[in-house]
Amino acid sequence: MTLSPPLATGEVKKVATRAAYGEALLALGGLRDDVVVFDADLSGSTKTKAFGQAYPDRFFNFGVAEANMMGTAAGLASLGQQVVFASSFAMFATGKAWEQLRQCVCVPNLNVKVCATHAGLTVGEDGKSHQMLEDITLMRAIPNMKVIVPADAIEARAAVLAAVDIPGPVYIRLSRASTRVILGDDYRFELGRGNVLREGTDLAICACGVEVAEALDAAELLFAKGIDARVINLSTIDPMDEELVATAARECGAILTVEEHQIRGGLGDAVAQAVVKHCPVPMDMVGMDGEFGQSGPPSDLLTHYGLDANGIAARAQKLLQRKG
Amino acid sequence: MTLSSERMQELQAIAQQVRVDIVSMVHAAKCGHPGGPLGMADFMTVLFMEHLNLNAENLNDLGRDRFVLGNGHTCAGYYALLAAKNLIPHEELLTFRKLGSRLQGHPHRTPEMGIDFSTGSLGTGLSAAAGMALGARLNGTTAHVYCTSSDGDSQEGQIWEAATSAAHFELSNLTVIVDFNNIQIDGKMRDIMNVRDLRAKYDAFGWNAIDVDGHDMVALDQVFSETRNASKPTAIIAHTIIGKGVGFMEDKSSWHGVAPDDDQLAVALAGLGAPG
Ligand SMILES: Cc1ncc(C[n+]2csc(CCOP(=O)(O)OP(=O)(O)O)c2C)c(N)n1
Repeated sequence: MTLSPPLATGEVKKVATRAAYGEALLALGGLRDDVVVFDADLSGSTKTKAFGQAYPDRFFNFGVAEANMMGTAAGLASLGQQVVFASSFAMFATGKAWEQLRQCVCVPNLNVKVCATHAGLTVGEDGKSHQMLEDITLMRAIPNMKVIVPADAIEARAAVLAAVDIPGPVYIRLSRASTRVILGDDYRFELGRGNVLREGTDLAICACGVEVAEALDAAELLFAKGIDARVINLSTIDPMDEELVATAARECGAILTVEEHQIRGGLGDAVAQAVVKHCPVPMDMVGMDGEFGQSGPPSDLLTHYGLDANGIAARAQKLLQRKG
Repeated sequence: MTLSSERMQELQAIAQQVRVDIVSMVHAAKCGHPGGPLGMADFMTVLFMEHLNLNAENLNDLGRDRFVLGNGHTCAGYYALLAAKNLIPHEELLTFRKLGSRLQGHPHRTPEMGIDFSTGSLGTGLSAAAGMALGARLNGTTAHVYCTSSDGDSQEGQIWEAATSAAHFELSNLTVIVDFNNIQIDGKMRDIMNVRDLRAKYDAFGWNAIDVDGHDMVALDQVFSETRNASKPTAIIAHTIIGKGVGFMEDKSSWHGVAPDDDQLAVALAGLGAPG
């Protein structure tokens, strides 16, 4: 069993993971002069702007041209002297530029870190054209791409600082909305390692991104009903922490995955592959089940699509009925 | 036929109402994009009220005109014009961007209210419009297809793939209107990523390309009349001022995508001559 990292204590803080990205990037700029940042007319939103102002010689704005941005990032990285952080909204970074990421970044296995913000439903009012719910699927499908979905601002910062030293392509999925900080300041990110945030043996809830906080809240609701849920933060989707998942399956006997993403191809599928391989147990997947989102306030959308703590707790109770 | 001065006054009043609706909608939603559609209000009004053959009666006719809002973020003005054409109730405008609303943050194809295509991802509109123009020819209709674009939208490579193929397939029933305001999210377009002379570019791609003052309704009406008889696809480069009509928003990239607060709404409405 992996030890729980210390959780945040004291006053509740809300910070967007994109804000943490912007700060980490600015810090990296001072530490490493090989860090170069690309953006596509969204630097205020993706938070790369501060880096751009501090290091204008190492910042390039491509305008609204994501495919060209990724292709250019690949070419620059191919010389082996720079680490390129390329940002846009998750929709356009992975959608518009998917083939550039596959052919030009991942096939030659180049040092491009795609830090994509505004992922998932919590984009809110911009609606379905901007609510990227398929990026985890698209990114984990490509060989060589490492896929990270930080649970909060603390982990986002740690993952960005770690990514600069992870060889090859990395995808980091970030959010627009301010969300609760759940991890302690001294949390240490390690690629491919999940973390148990709450002990329990009735079932294991595996979550990523903004859903980790919802899963922790769901565990509280379940506890009040006499159900002891383990909560696992699986922030690295690829490579998956198969050992942690297998242990959870063995010890809890049921696994619920939760993601702000389509269940097809996302975290749920990645966990299911590990469960099927090592220890098949009843499983269910909370996420978007084959539909697009819509405009609305982020928290209302999570509730509407059953992705808030109540929705998760209800699905957990249903799953437990299938446990032998 | 040129517009009578009476009709011109009516169109100006409609454009003004569209502007009132835009700021009211974005204010009520507490988010959205006021600047772009304010700048587009004049050419959108001339297009929707005088040239686009779309109304509540012909919604289901295969042969009616089509419209694609390529710069989908500017949909507040589009929705206001659908209301002006009685395709949606005017009251519905204030549901903009709310949970369950038909008036999504970016247009979603809803044939029963005359929204022909889903947009929001830049670069995609012109290809879809070209497909509709191709379809009109295959289906033997005289439908004309209108598509908006923008200086920012013109940075996407797909626009130029569409421009190449539309000219190659001789889609003379296609017109793109580019909202050229020299503004995008991160600042002035010419500083961020200069698309340069779009008239010359479209011309080089084999289009009938025209520069026009995007706030001169007489000139706009004239240009729209001509495009229906063009022998090539037409690109109207409409030079506009983002935020036009709301003084404090004019020519400011900061008003691309934020909502006015209560005080700002009052100032905007007063400037537009509307009761607050
Ligand atoms: C493919 C894609 N990339 C990025 C965005 C985010 N975005 C929305 S509007 C915009 C700027 C577009 O420029 P323009 O249409 O000229 O802006 P305006 O004049 O309306 O301010 C960007 C980058 C998007 N909607 N689609």
